[in-house]
Amino acid sequence: MAQSRNWILRRLGHLDGILLAIVVLLLGVSLAVVASASGQSSARISGHLVNVGLALGVMMVMANVPPHLLARVGLPLYAAGVVMLIGVALFGEVRNGSRRWLDLGFVAFQPSELLKLALPLMLAWYFQRNEAVLRTKHFMVGGVLLLVPFLLILRQPDLGTALMLGASGFYLLFFAGLPWKAILGGVVIGGASLPVAWGLLHDYQQRRVLTLLDPTSDPLGAGYHIIQSTIAIGSGGLFGKGWTQGTQAQLDFIPERTTDFIFAVFGEEFGYVGVIFLLGLYLAIVARGLTIAARAPTQFGRLMAATISLNLFTYTFVNIGMVSGILPVVGVPLPLMSYGGTALITLLLGIGILMSVATHRQLNKS
Amino acid sequence: MSLVVPLKDLDRELARFRGRLKVGAAFVLLLAAALLARAFYLQVGQHDYFIQRAESNRISQVPTPPNRGLILDRNGRILAENYSAYTLELARGQIEDLEATLTELGKLIEITPGQLRRFRRLLAESHEFETVALKNKLTDEEVAILATQRYRLPGVEVKARLFRNYRAGPSMAHVVGFIGRINDRDLKHLREEGREENYRGSAYIGKTGLEQSYEQLLHGRTGFDQMEIDASGRAVRMLSRIPPVPGKDLRLHLDVELQAVAEEAFGDYLGGLVALDPDTGGVLALVSKPGFDPNLFVDGIDPETWKALNESPERPMVNRVLRGIYPPGSTIKPLMALAGLELGLRTPDDRIVDPGYFSLPNSSHRFRDWKREGHGVVDLRRSISQSCDTYYYKLAVDMGIQRMHDYLAQFGLGAQTGIDLEGESAGLLPSPEWKRRRWKQPWYPGETVIAGIGQGYHLTTPLQLAMATAMLANGGKHVEPRLVDAVREAHGKTWQPIPGKVRDQVKIDPRNLDVVREGMMDVMRPGGTAARAALGAPYAIAGKTGTAQVVGIKQGARYDASKLALQHRDHALFIAYAPADKPTIAVAVMVENGGSGSGTAAPIARAVLDYYLIGKQSAEVTLEANSGAE
Repeated sequence: MAQSRNWILRRLGHLDGILLAIVVLLLGVSLAVVASASGQSSARISGHLVNVGLALGVMMVMANVPPHLLARVGLPLYAAGVVMLIGVALFGEVRNGSRRWLDLGFVAFQPSELLKLALPLMLAWYFQRNEAVLRTKHFMVGGVLLLVPFLLILRQPDLGTALMLGASGFYLLFFAGLPWKAILGGVVIGGASLPVAWGLLHDYQQRRVLTLLDPTSDPLGAGYHIIQSTIAIGSGGLFGKGWTQGTQAQLDFIPERTTDFIFAVFGEEFGYVGVIFLLGLYLAIVARGLTIAARAPTQFGRLMAATISLNLFTYTFVNIGMVSGILPVVGVPLPLMSYGGTALITLLLGIGILMSVATHRQLNKS
Repeated sequence: MSLVVPLKDLDRELARFRGRLKVGAAFVLLLAAALLARAFYLQVGQHDYFIQRAESNRISQVPTPPNRGLILDRNGRILAENYSAYTLELARGQIEDLEATLTELGKLIEITPGQLRRFRRLLAESHEFETVALKNKLTDEEVAILATQRYRLPGVEVKARLFRNYRAGPSMAHVVGFIGRINDRDLKHLREEGREENYRGSAYIGKTGLEQSYEQLLHGRTGFDQMEIDASGRAVRMLSRIPPVPGKDLRLHLDVELQAVAEEAFGDYLGGLVALDPDTGGVLALVSKPGFDPNLFVDGIDPETWKALNESPERPMVNRVLRGIYPPGSTIKPLMALAGLELGLRTPDDRIVDPGYFSLPNSSHRFRDWKREGHGVVDLRRSISQSCDTYYYKLAVDMGIQRMHDYLAQFGLGAQTGIDLEGESAGLLPSPEWKRRRWKQPWYPGETVIAGIGQGYHLTTPLQLAMATAMLANGGKHVEPRLVDAVREAHGKTWQPIPGKVRDQVKIDPRNLDVVREGMMDVMRPGGTAARAALGAPYAIAGKTGTAQVVGIKQGARYDASKLALQHRDHALFIAYAPADKPTIAVAVMVENGGSGSGTAAPIARAVLDYYLIGKQSAEVTLEANSGAE
């Protein structure tokens, strides 16, 4: 009895109190907004609660996995992910005009999802191995490790996922010390190749960008979503229309309002004050994550913590940017807010890793 | 390996990492600032704009069209009414294969080729989101069949709608007119007058007749339900409602039974008749034969029927009373006689000896009297009762065309009468000034001569003749003819009279007027040109016959009706008022190709006078549709 209680306390000891408090607060807000956006559908709410419970469980488990164990799975996960991406390219299933899905017989899934976790793990492990002897060649290897899955996903084609994956890989290289010269060079080369890249984009991708530049050019088609979500946010004003009182949300004008466009519901019902509060919560997570990174005892822990933090905010930025009409529409959910199990579990898994890094302070023996 | 890690490198990398963390934090703050700036712009800067956008998203003004007002005759008999019926309508946007749906519907209920043609025409004119009527006035059985089969025919709708019905049919077509679907031209018109909003939800508008001229009263005011709608356009709840105000009912001076008597009296002849109350200008009857069935037009006439009506040589769509223009012929003589007396050119006792023609000084051209041998000694009264042309040739020359024009103009000739129907013709009252303007030619003396007997350039409508006759009857009071007597609110009890309009009073010496009136009474007395038409009448009639030439007769040739094809025979004219001592009705009749005024036109007028003054009907008149009037 006493032993088992001790065990539980020890597990809880691996949770980071501050991070947990912010996350629980955000999940509470999420529950309220999902409830409102779904018209207080009990199915949606209970579904969301189940997802939240599952994800918190995953977070707790991850918090208890010591970083050095995580580092070990980096390479195998990455290798498996890349093999499956090649498999997708060769035998993948085409859905909605792009080849993203791999049918494993019992389950069909997108290997690109796996890479979102595997790539940072792989790179963090690689840079930990070469800690203190970093040379240019290590960054070149890192770049190749990043480019292989990036290009494979890009040609599926799935521009959004490729860019998000590219961002997380880049953050890792950046925190590992990628020289500024290389970054600047990349920016210059990237800028110069933009016109070429534009030509390589698929029609629907080009249209998304064009629609962003002028949503009114297609008010009933692709522009409709952006127009309606900006109307929702703008009509919310300073203090919002109140919980469940958003007309845009309650009368179905906002598309995908429990998932990708949940920020429009939030903005309409809670106003600018609510938006400041929400962004404050995200910034608090980032601040805590970066603090954990700064204090982490290992290179692996530092790189993972910093990358996860920046990655989470990148998702936040891309989603809110898209919903409020300053970025093209890409299917990115709002972290910890949108309804949807997979994304929530992946995110809390990352938070769990952050907690693991924060609570496993002793230098791993090796 | 870890044992040989150079500590210097480790420290340097750690320091660099901390630096990079700061850059990362700054980057995040930058992104967050961008989001906050954007949110500020939307939620604070542009809030007013977006709140308005959100409101117009969710609030829909659903118009509820008002019921159209009724049109009743003077005795309360219904001429235009509304009734509710089911229609079969198709929503094009929801139908994938229109032809297949039409075929399928054809198997369920009977759809005639005419209905199909009409449907296709309406389809071409309609907007994408509108429903288009395929078949109106479904029977109960058809409604039941469609109700059970509708589930497998998306986009097929059975709707209850109000329809307009014209009970009197062709008889009143030229008076009541008809409504029709609002077309682009109507819309443009409504927009220009700023009345477009009131027609949101209305499908019909008055196109002709009273339906057109009293459109604003009959239509009523459209109500609006403010509905909250969701993104798919479905109404969620009602926020507020402004109920529609139904259109006003109209009551006419006209008596449908008198109208029927007049029509009956025409027999197979075509033409026009209008009877006025000389005191008020109220139109008691207005017949234009042939008529047409206005009910055909209400929901869009099918193209074949329209073509037939429009191209018929009988021109059933033309209102002859308002738009038919004819030389007034001898019916102008009483006015000419009055002008002669009033202008001091003649006394009642001035006499001429009529040799059967008139010639201008220094001219050998003979203007012939209709009576070849002449009328002998003729005074003013006799000039009217015998319709002596020579008397008026000479009078016209003495008067001159300008004075003739100015005097006749006082009786409304050459100008619109101002009746409450649209599209009336002004006719033509000639003058030298007009001829210069129109033909760039001087006026010739010979033209004055024939103008004296209502020929030449003179053109009048039957309505103008009736109004001038009413002025002779009422002593010169210039009353505008008016169909509508009174209006009331829908279901209202009290009628608000619409007073007739009196333009002015022509000053006439009563002694002069009496002489002319006596002449017109002589016309109806034994020895007068229309004596036969007055036989046995228990009241005194004052009248005047006339003929309007259809083809010119060569100098010296004689008009012989029996030798002319029917369509080249003269139009017969007749004007009258009665009772002559205290007139209550004035009438003008035009019978197309009727030959002589006394032979065909006068008896028609007599039938109308009889019915109006003593209620006696020789002809059995029934208006089936009106038997059930409220």
